[in-house]
Amino acid sequence: MVNRPGSPRWELPEPKEHLALSPQTEAASAAKPLEEHSHLVVRFAGDSGDGMQITGSQFTATNAVYGNDLATLPDFPAEIRAPAGTLAGVSGFQLNFGSQKIYTAGDQPDVFVTMNPAALKVNLPELPNGCVIIANEDAFTDRNLKMAGFASNPLADDSLSKFRVYPVKISTLTNNALADVEMSAKDKARCKNFFALGLIYWMFNRSPEQTMRFLKDKFSKKPVILEANEKAMRAGMNYGETAEAFTTRYEVKEAQLTPGKYRNITGNSAMAIGLVAASKLSGVPLFLGSYPITPASDILHELSRYKNFGIMTFQAEDEIAAVCSAIGAAFAGYLGLTTTSGPGIALKAEAIGLAVMTELPLLIVNVQRGGPSTGLPTKTEQADLLQAMYGRNGECPVAIVAPSTPGDCFHIAIEATRIATKYMTPVMILSDGYLANGAEAWRLPRISDLPRIDVKFRTDPSGYKPYLRDENLARPWVRPGTPGLEHRIGGIEKQDITGNVNYEARNHEHMVKLRAQKIANIAKDIPALKVLGDPEGDVLVVGWGSTYGSITAAVEELRAQGKRVSGVHLRHLNPFPPNLGEILGKFRKVIVPEMNAGQLVKIIRATFNVPAIGVNKIQGQPFRKREVVDGILTHL
Amino acid sequence: MTEAATKLTKADFQSDQDIRWCPGCGDYSILAQVQNVMPELGVPKEKVVFVSGIGCSSRFPYYMNTYGLHSIHGRAPAVATGVKCMSPDLSVWVVTGDGDGLSIGGNHFIHAIRRNVDLNVLMFNNRIYGLTKGQYSPTSELGKKTKSTPMGSVDYPLHPISLALGAEATFVARTMDVDPKSLRYCVKRAAEHKGIAFVEIYQNCNIFNDGAYDSIVEKSIRSDRVLYLEHGKPMIFGKDMNKGLKLNGFQLEVATIGENGVTEKDIVVHDETNPDPTMAFLLSRLDEATFPVPMGVFRAVRRPAFDEMMNDQVKAATQKSGPGDLDSLLNQGDTWEVH
Ligand SMILES: Cc1ncc(C[n+]2csc(CCOP(=O)(O)OP(=O)(O)O)c2C)c(N)n1
Ligand code: SF4
Repeated sequence: MVNRPGSPRWELPEPKEHLALSPQTEAASAAKPLEEHSHLVVRFAGDSGDGMQITGSQFTATNAVYGNDLATLPDFPAEIRAPAGTLAGVSGFQLNFGSQKIYTAGDQPDVFVTMNPAALKVNLPELPNGCVIIANEDAFTDRNLKMAGFASNPLADDSLSKFRVYPVKISTLTNNALADVEMSAKDKARCKNFFALGLIYWMFNRSPEQTMRFLKDKFSKKPVILEANEKAMRAGMNYGETAEAFTTRYEVKEAQLTPGKYRNITGNSAMAIGLVAASKLSGVPLFLGSYPITPASDILHELSRYKNFGIMTFQAEDEIAAVCSAIGAAFAGYLGLTTTSGPGIALKAEAIGLAVMTELPLLIVNVQRGGPSTGLPTKTEQADLLQAMYGRNGECPVAIVAPSTPGDCFHIAIEATRIATKYMTPVMILSDGYLANGAEAWRLPRISDLPRIDVKFRTDPSGYKPYLRDENLARPWVRPGTPGLEHRIGGIEKQDITGNVNYEARNHEHMVKLRAQKIANIAKDIPALKVLGDPEGDVLVVGWGSTYGSITAAVEELRAQGKRVSGVHLRHLNPFPPNLGEILGKFRKVIVPEMNAGQLVKIIRATFNVPAIGVNKIQGQPFRKREVVDGILTHL
Repeated sequence: MTEAATKLTKADFQSDQDIRWCPGCGDYSILAQVQNVMPELGVPKEKVVFVSGIGCSSRFPYYMNTYGLHSIHGRAPAVATGVKCMSPDLSVWVVTGDGDGLSIGGNHFIHAIRRNVDLNVLMFNNRIYGLTKGQYSPTSELGKKTKSTPMGSVDYPLHPISLALGAEATFVARTMDVDPKSLRYCVKRAAEHKGIAFVEIYQNCNIFNDGAYDSIVEKSIRSDRVLYLEHGKPMIFGKDMNKGLKLNGFQLEVATIGENGVTEKDIVVHDETNPDPTMAFLLSRLDEATFPVPMGVFRAVRRPAFDEMMNDQVKAATQKSGPGDLDSLLNQGDTWEVH
């Protein structure tokens, strides 16, 4: 059972006169049947200026509050405003919501809302037969059609006959609805996404309440814009009621989720609050040194708002300064954090080596994007694993962890902090664009269930040496300002224990091995892997990071078909969980799906000497369930 | 000054490490004077942090019995910014070279200055790359013949003080390894300054650029070649203290008091607190060949420091919203209950 703000059916909150549904429409509403589905996938697409991200996230928030399980995939162009109407400027947002467990944002949309011909053109190859297409007819002008490369208007010819197409004059209808609102035609036109959203709310039997609250909050100082968007949304809802074209509405009931309190959350947001939580749980204030880069900047933005948690955020002059300032903070005895994406990690490599050499705790978040070089700034990829493992000079191991879902970004931030402070080591967190911007319905953890992070600072001068070791091989952490513990450390090779500069051959070999051993020992301190499915069989599917959803859905599907397929998902990549080798040995084949050309698969082959097989997608897009299923089937 | 601090001596600031600079290197003198000044600052040694980059000069922290971090090439200002922001009660020093600070680290150098982070930056300028064995540096003179420029360099040099002033430095000074008094004075003034304090130190690398400053600092000619800047005093120099700097339009020129009707009144009075950095800039541009080289404090103005303002924001946010509460952080936005 779900208790949500507002009651089961959508009731219009204190309807103003012009917003109330007329008696006829209520009658009509009763006449239009509700078609029930266990889950549905809706995709919004338009120009990057069309507000598709807001539309999508509003529909998401509403379904989340309604009680669906869900996953989203925002997909936007790298350009802030590519020329209007062009294929390059198309921005999309896909949501999969259900009354069942949802693992992915969905393979193909059931309902596709397109604001212009370019958005239709870009998405057409991915629309399944029977897909409902709602198109803003007004935008299908000769000029726009030409720009999108359509020879004739697809809404008028029969090229879309295998879909269920609803042309709606969204621009005109929005403009009409706003006839008595005092604003420029241009501003009125910008409200059309709320008309579309209203229509969708009607179609999926959802209350506009959540969006009303959002609008009131966002435009509290701009009552005209508030009124206009509200009216546009109502008009969209009313249009669904009255337009004869729309005969069916869809119903997706609440999901039977694990009891608890839920919220809708993106990966970047979860990462930010996870880092705040880690700071609280350890009692060590957090310092973030960062340089803006897509898709990581939101973590910087969000943490900048949490200064009252004692968090200091520093927008540095470049990525090198960002990581170096975080190292400075760590040396000063605080949690040092730097957040970036792949190109930024490339710049930080030398400094990460310094943190390895000085054995300071350092948190490094890499929200991966398509590479190499600038690559695909707004698209997702998992191609920085080998960079994280090996991308520094010398033998330079760091601990590596990767969240599996947007909500898991919260927990991984705490886990990374625990490892970094306990072992005095840099920890790299490998998130990616899909997790960062994607959202899920996330069950809030109870604070009492979160791990305490015990951090000890050395204050006792007697017998102190900078590179003394505890049972975890960690050296003592000392806050400058502590009397009697003055010491010097740096990037030159150290003599063990004393920390003195030392160039001796044997000492270097000893230290290289010691630094490696320290990281390897973490394996004893991380949870053993749980196998999804039977502990032995034909195929073990090994995943890491954001592919969790697609792989889990695929493995479940194959298992339901009676295939002897199981899965494991790695949140710890360096070191691996202690029982990985054992599990690998129980399967005839090991398949590793990754959004790269094959990186984890190489490490697994090399580490465990098993002929693991890669299933790879390098398109800047997450795996569809189908693609993983097909990938597994070719090797079964 | 705390009682404990007053009792400190130079020896308290000497570490047990063997010093590895070449015999005769100017770095020794700088180290000695910094260790001399430290006890006078009234800061207990556990509150002192030296951060450096890479280079001969950057070995400095190992020799100071304080907290120290020998970081990576060029990045010391960034590292020190992190230290200072999180621990504003520490006295944080950056030791860098002309290559470290102006070449690979040029970006961090100007931005730390621009932000006015409360750091004391000592740049050992030997106009050469010492540690990598003698390539020309960003302060080497045009035409410099080195291993990497056998035909002479075709790089125009930077003027570190002009650059610092251009980057909005609130404190700028210059001194030299061979002048202990001036060295101690500038280092002490830097320590007392709240905000960024940049001190350029002419340093002799007797191995790869020996005598680079002889034409200026050589004892027998120094008084004619060096202008000691003193706040509120006319800019007078020379063996007989009868030469001074005079303004001619927007240009400085050397004039002799008592010649051509020039009196002391015509000589520019040094004002290090002038909010307008123009005069300080003019002084930083004087051509070494025809003008005396100014030493001492060029500029010392007060402006809120970056670390101060950062910490003020944290305090203000905490005052306004109360200390952060994890529970309300988790519960932000719309939540719903599943039973
Ligand atoms: C990333 C990197 N590049 C190059 C070097 C090599 N390197 C070390 S010190 C140095 C120049 C030092 O010159 P300067 O800063 O003037 O210091 P000095 O040795 O003269 O005191 C160079 C190029 C390095 N250590 N790290
Ligand atoms: S090489 Fe030059 S700067 Fe370096 S220690 Fe020797 S004399 Fe000093």
